[in-house]
Amino acid sequence: MTAATHDDHHAHGPEKGFMRWVTTTNHKDIGTLYLVTALIMFFVGGAMALVLRAELFEPGIQFVDPAFFNQMTTLHALIMVFGAVMPAFVGLANWMIPMMIGAPDMALPRMNNWSFWILPFAFVMLASTLFMEGGAPAAGWTFYPPLVLQGGNHLPFAIFTVHLLGMSSIMGAINIIVTVFNMRAPGMTMMKLPLFVWTWVITAFLLIAVMPVFAGAVTMLLTDKFFGTSFFNAAGGGDPVLYQHLFWFFGHPEVYIMILPSFGVISAVIPTFARKPLFGYSSMVYATAAIGLLSFIVWAHHQYTVGMPLAGELYFTYATMLIAVPTGVKVFNWLATMWRGAMTFETPMLFAIAFVVLFTMGGFTGLMMSISPADLQYHDTYFIVAHFHYVLVPGAVFALFAGTYYWLPKWTGHMYDESLGKLHFWLSTISVNVLFFPQHFVGLAGMPRRIPDYAVQFAEFNAMSSVGAFVFGFAQLIFAYVIYKAIKGGAKASSEVWEGAQEHGLEWHLPSPPPYHTWTSAPEIK
Amino acid sequence: MKKTIQLLASLGLMLWGVAHAETGSGTGVGWGALNLPVGVTETSREIHDLHMLILWICVGIGILVYGILIYSLIHHRKSKGAVPAQFHENTKLEIVWTIIPFLILLAMAVPATNVMIKAYDTDKVEKAQMTIKVTGYQWKWRYTYLDEGIDFFSSLDAKSNAARQLGSKIDPTTVEHYLLNVDHPLVVPVNKKIRILLTAADVLHAWWVPEFGWKKDAIPGFVTDGWIKVEKPGIYRGQCAELCGRDHGFMPIVVIAKNDEDYKKWVAEQQAQQQASKSDASKTYTLDELMVKGKEVYKSSCAACHSPEGEGTPGVFPAIKGSSVALGSKDDHVKLVVDGKNAMPAFKDQLSPVELAAVITYQRNGFGNNKGDVIQPSEIQAHQ
Repeated sequence: MTAATHDDHHAHGPEKGFMRWVTTTNHKDIGTLYLVTALIMFFVGGAMALVLRAELFEPGIQFVDPAFFNQMTTLHALIMVFGAVMPAFVGLANWMIPMMIGAPDMALPRMNNWSFWILPFAFVMLASTLFMEGGAPAAGWTFYPPLVLQGGNHLPFAIFTVHLLGMSSIMGAINIIVTVFNMRAPGMTMMKLPLFVWTWVITAFLLIAVMPVFAGAVTMLLTDKFFGTSFFNAAGGGDPVLYQHLFWFFGHPEVYIMILPSFGVISAVIPTFARKPLFGYSSMVYATAAIGLLSFIVWAHHQYTVGMPLAGELYFTYATMLIAVPTGVKVFNWLATMWRGAMTFETPMLFAIAFVVLFTMGGFTGLMMSISPADLQYHDTYFIVAHFHYVLVPGAVFALFAGTYYWLPKWTGHMYDESLGKLHFWLSTISVNVLFFPQHFVGLAGMPRRIPDYAVQFAEFNAMSSVGAFVFGFAQLIFAYVIYKAIKGGAKASSEVWEGAQEHGLEWHLPSPPPYHTWTSAPEIK
Repeated sequence: MKKTIQLLASLGLMLWGVAHAETGSGTGVGWGALNLPVGVTETSREIHDLHMLILWICVGIGILVYGILIYSLIHHRKSKGAVPAQFHENTKLEIVWTIIPFLILLAMAVPATNVMIKAYDTDKVEKAQMTIKVTGYQWKWRYTYLDEGIDFFSSLDAKSNAARQLGSKIDPTTVEHYLLNVDHPLVVPVNKKIRILLTAADVLHAWWVPEFGWKKDAIPGFVTDGWIKVEKPGIYRGQCAELCGRDHGFMPIVVIAKNDEDYKKWVAEQQAQQQASKSDASKTYTLDELMVKGKEVYKSSCAACHSPEGEGTPGVFPAIKGSSVALGSKDDHVKLVVDGKNAMPAFKDQLSPVELAAVITYQRNGFGNNKGDVIQPSEIQAHQ
């Protein structure tokens, strides 16, 4: 492989000042824009979650009107899904995919700029609904009619936000697919791609397949509300449940869009710190593809209570249970990668191990609720809330933390503060469990989700949960500070950064930080 | 990492302890504090058993997976001088850990299928002995006994409703069955297979009593169904389980299961009462009588949207105070309340003519509107 330093004197530096970020077509700059936006949205969505947890700290209504509570539930979910987790993974993809496959940049750099710059406008539009008469959307992130059709002026704004986010995601996905299929360095065959790249290729296909369905479904809401159609109105021959089928045909792949790239990050981090190659590389690729395919045929397990025919209930039960097989394969492969390795426990590895443990917890509850008769009890309770937060917070978000700590020295050229990183890890890991574990119990004991107030027998666990939420929320300020500190300075990072990392990817052959343009001449892969 | 697991394990043990303590004390509410209730129907018991089966299978797999992980974390660390092995595949092993989980899933699917088939048998193998129609409204339930001709609404009880207002200063722990009590509970006979038909008048709701083992969505314009056969007399509480707007958290369900004799007595009482309320409608009332009654009705039926002080919710629900309807013609006002319009539900099914007359009178004379006119139940009946 050629040393990238060789290319330095060809490199053109970035423009100076604000316009650099507005006009940039550089994958690293755009990656940074995505990541910074995601971090900001993570704090915005988190603040909304703290409003919810403050209200739920004790029985009775202390702080907010129930209508505002519903708006916070809705916006918290929309912002965390579309504003924090998805853009953060797109940011990682932008930064890492060209460096990992030996490409000089993304295949469609101008479109890359556009797909980022749509986002801030989309979120300003969504946030503006908070200041409208009647407030923000309050029917949950799922936008179920007829409830979503009630209320103030927010609906068209929320729907256009979804359209914009969909455009941005589809363009980002096309860019990733085109880049990976056309711009790999010579010798970088598909079955040599780092798993992070593979998981993103599959994710990109999911995005292209389902975002248009979501856009279509919300557009039908729009015409139902303003143009007199009756897609979802029984009085006009429509069916409210039709919307749910359309939504979850999008929504189930959507949750894998958030978790598959996490699998990719974890599959990069664990081998490095176990000092061993990833176990079962090809089975990892096939398992990811299998999960991606299955995600299209299980959607109605979100709707076991709508009164489907028995055959439907049973089919969706079996299909959903099947997902446990490839997911299990992944977990076993990670275990086998650690087995007889020589592990060290820097912050990225700590988050990766916590991911394996806690994501598996979420997997177990997921398996439980795949069983349709049992789900007749679990459905729409805090058990569900606990489940999807286990897969999304110590799942997707911890994978993002692991990835950030892992690649931060590469991006900035400085080692981050390891003791602050570890503090962030321990505070987050303990508090996230204090936050979400008790929710399993209140859910099983009968507490429905999306309620601003609850019966007094749920008080203790809710108080515990709220304490965990506030500790978790404030612990994230440490994360922001660690990133800021590493950008400003710190111990110089070598190009390899982690001991033996050059075995694990092309990015570790580039200097830290990498020059503005990398791999202007393609490396050769053995 | 190990510490985290120890912490989790001790937390788990602690909670397990609490669970058993709770079951022993018997709170009277009938909800276990930590787990699914065993419940009082065959379905709920079977679902509880199925839930425990899957839970223990998961616990078993968890012990295995986490055990291997912990062993590896302790022994395969660089600080202990571990030298990394370089193996990276083992086809046999990979086939084994694909097949075994598949077989475990198969073992779970069999009981799951059996339970689901039974839960779905509303009226086929075993015939239902009676039918109750349940209709979800924002934010109350309506129960219609198809054969007995009994029909009533069931809303959050007044004490909970007062305590749950923002800034009420009432401590919820002092309210009995806070948020889980209603004014008119559903009453059912024990040991009879009852078919429950579900629908909704406005948005989606879901009817759920955990002790019966299932929930089902109530969908406007469609009818879904389920069934119960309660085995033990008692009071069973549940809540709406599908987000249905502002007061989704405040439309509980209370079901009283009575033995056959008591149930028949209750049916006779209800039928007599419905007769009496019909004759009430032919009386003439004074302004004061209507204002007192109207205030009550307003609180339970109107205040959620139009606010207790009649100020409404700007941009969504119009104010009553100084509104053109309340100060306009009687007929338009009656028509709006009785027949509904857009988001405003038709109250003709929800309220009796006396209640309608009272609440319209209250709206025209309360909140400083002081219109001075009185609406009599007979005028409502004339409109209908």
